[in-house]
Amino acid sequence: MSRKVTRRKFMAGTAAGAALATLKFPTPAIAQAAPFKIGLLTIKTGPLAQGGIQMEQGIGLFLKHKNNTLSGRKIEFISADTGGNPAGAKTKTQELVERDKVNVILGPLAAFELLAITDYVRDNKTPLISLAAAEDVTQRKANPFIIRPSATSAQCCHVMGDYAAKELKYKRAMTISEDFAFGYEQMSGFQRVFEDNGGKVVKKLWPPLVTPDYTPYIAQIQNVDCVFNGFAGSNPVKFMRAYADLGVKAKIPLLAGWTAMDDALLRSLGDEAAGTISVAWYSADGKTESNQRFVADMQKDYGVLPGGYTAGMYIAGQCVEAGIQLAGSKADDRTAFAEALHKVSLTDTPRGPVKFDHFGNVIGDVFVRKCEMKAGKPVNTVIKTYPGVSQFWTYDEKAFLANPVYARDYPPAKNLEH
Amino acid sequence: MSFLTPQRAAIAAALLLLVTLPIWVGNPYYINVASQILFFAVFALGLNVIVGYGGLVSLGHAGLAAIAGYTAALMLAAGHGHFISDFAAILVTLAASAVFAVLSLRGTGIGFLMITLAIGQIIWGILYRWSSLTNGDNGVNVSGRPAPFGISLASADSFYYATLLVFLAAVATMAVFFRSPFGASLRGTRDQARRMTALGYNVWLIRFLAILISGFWSGVAGLLFIYYNQFISPQVATLTASAEVLLMVISGGTATLLGPIAGAAIVVIMKNVVSAYIVRWNLVLGVIFVLIITFMPEGLVPGSVRLWRTAWRKLSRRDGVIPAKTEPTP
Repeated sequence: MSRKVTRRKFMAGTAAGAALATLKFPTPAIAQAAPFKIGLLTIKTGPLAQGGIQMEQGIGLFLKHKNNTLSGRKIEFISADTGGNPAGAKTKTQELVERDKVNVILGPLAAFELLAITDYVRDNKTPLISLAAAEDVTQRKANPFIIRPSATSAQCCHVMGDYAAKELKYKRAMTISEDFAFGYEQMSGFQRVFEDNGGKVVKKLWPPLVTPDYTPYIAQIQNVDCVFNGFAGSNPVKFMRAYADLGVKAKIPLLAGWTAMDDALLRSLGDEAAGTISVAWYSADGKTESNQRFVADMQKDYGVLPGGYTAGMYIAGQCVEAGIQLAGSKADDRTAFAEALHKVSLTDTPRGPVKFDHFGNVIGDVFVRKCEMKAGKPVNTVIKTYPGVSQFWTYDEKAFLANPVYARDYPPAKNLEH
Repeated sequence: MSFLTPQRAAIAAALLLLVTLPIWVGNPYYINVASQILFFAVFALGLNVIVGYGGLVSLGHAGLAAIAGYTAALMLAAGHGHFISDFAAILVTLAASAVFAVLSLRGTGIGFLMITLAIGQIIWGILYRWSSLTNGDNGVNVSGRPAPFGISLASADSFYYATLLVFLAAVATMAVFFRSPFGASLRGTRDQARRMTALGYNVWLIRFLAILISGFWSGVAGLLFIYYNQFISPQVATLTASAEVLLMVISGGTATLLGPIAGAAIVVIMKNVVSAYIVRWNLVLGVIFVLIITFMPEGLVPGSVRLWRTAWRKLSRRDGVIPAKTEPTP
């Protein structure tokens, strides 16, 4: 009911505006359009809630910086809690699309959520800017309505494989990660590049998502040059503590994916994190102008050091702004807006330059970082930047896509030892 | 007996309300919420057969629904038709329910509960870890909804009506079943299992059949679930999913026809609609359950009837009417 009234008021308003315009008040036509609606799929309940709350802070800060107006369009922001499960993600997406009629969806967080809604957003022609990493959404099952300014699961891990083999000269590695899609895709990406450069992955461990004690897994770690871990959520904190407490850290260096050493985790960590080398598509010590403002304001408003979840949604906001600008008068046409999003190219984001390949996945810098203790606190410092990394790494796109998607046993690990 | 008893009038009004729902609701989002309520109600009604009438509390039923969902989803993904996939899904679910029954009927009470919990977890574990078959955590996509008799179920309205038909069929069979001698014997096994044995009833067989019926409707609900979501993942078989349906039955009122439906409505509405306005919707749901258990330990539907009767009796006493000494059983 109220919706109808608003629409009627809005029609009256537009009519009045048009009348005024003819009486030579040349206001820009776009300023009178209906608000541009952004829906956020986040997780505020359950074990993944921490990242979900950081996502909301990221887009919240961006809209605050922009005074809730992007490219001259007033923004209406709607946040929906999926509860961290696929059916919840589906229902909440329906809510955003059918009830709220949003122009664009940001999120979701988890790969299994994204996989549950990718067909739906395509069928309902709703553009989506993903944080979740599920590889195939921008590969073998590419969706023209989705772009991903964060990274695929393996995008950073390819870099780690390269760095570990070429710069650190490691020969033998073990991998450990949660037993789910994000873990498989990360570890496989690392293994492929590491082995293509002469390394050997000799053991792969898969503890379940909920593991109360990592001791039995860590006890199996021996006779390798490094351990690559891809934990997510709050698991990295638990794992790194056990890794240090059991005395393995002193002997075997630890490598980490982006979720396993996210800057937002640092406040929960101490000495046990020192020395860990990680790869990430966002680093809080990035030198771009927008990053310095982003980090300073996150400290001011929320008192936290932002990590990838926060930055990912801030950058998603920047993509929306650029998309509205590119689409111009067609910004309300969902298909045209999705096409515009694919053409977005940004030079100054918290992670550095951002552009998209023809599948809608980001081509951007990936940072190798070393965790060091500064004034008693662990801090990640960038030691090497790989510029313009694609989701296909240096592999040929066609050959890459001809293979199956990265999985628990693909590519097969030929060098496993027992 | 007159043709238009208050009860029949109420049923007719409820039917009219349900059939015209898409017209007065309008927005497809809310029609979809209504569809969800209906298929969760089918699930809860199925579970109620053994929880309410059989006195056997199961924490593994989400596993049975998941088996139906996965069978159909995997067969559809392999290129089979909707009819054959759904038919196979129901058959597989019935077979699984039979195994479920044979194992779990080794015990009653807590024993039964623990075995069903374990079976539910095993099913979840298989779906989660046997990734070469089930695609593990990534789940299985269902590419489209069926079009029985040429009517596509792709839109919110048509899917709602299809779900409504199934729901009405479930309610009707439940109503008939519980008035039947078999329904009475099931209640007998709940209240006085040893006497039933002494009277010559095969208690085990009665319970076994009840679990099959319950499994059948869980499977039907599982099918509606995958067609609604067009996606299935191991999350549907988690303990939380089983507990949620059990909560629907218990909060609405066990051993009643309307109770599980009311319970399904509460949970689905809290989860989908209220969560959009209240971040801590889990807390609100918890408070509602605590209130229901405190003031209506028998469940929302029987509890409301009792409170209504008490209030009505007090009102009529004020008018000088002497109340009947024994109240008629509901």
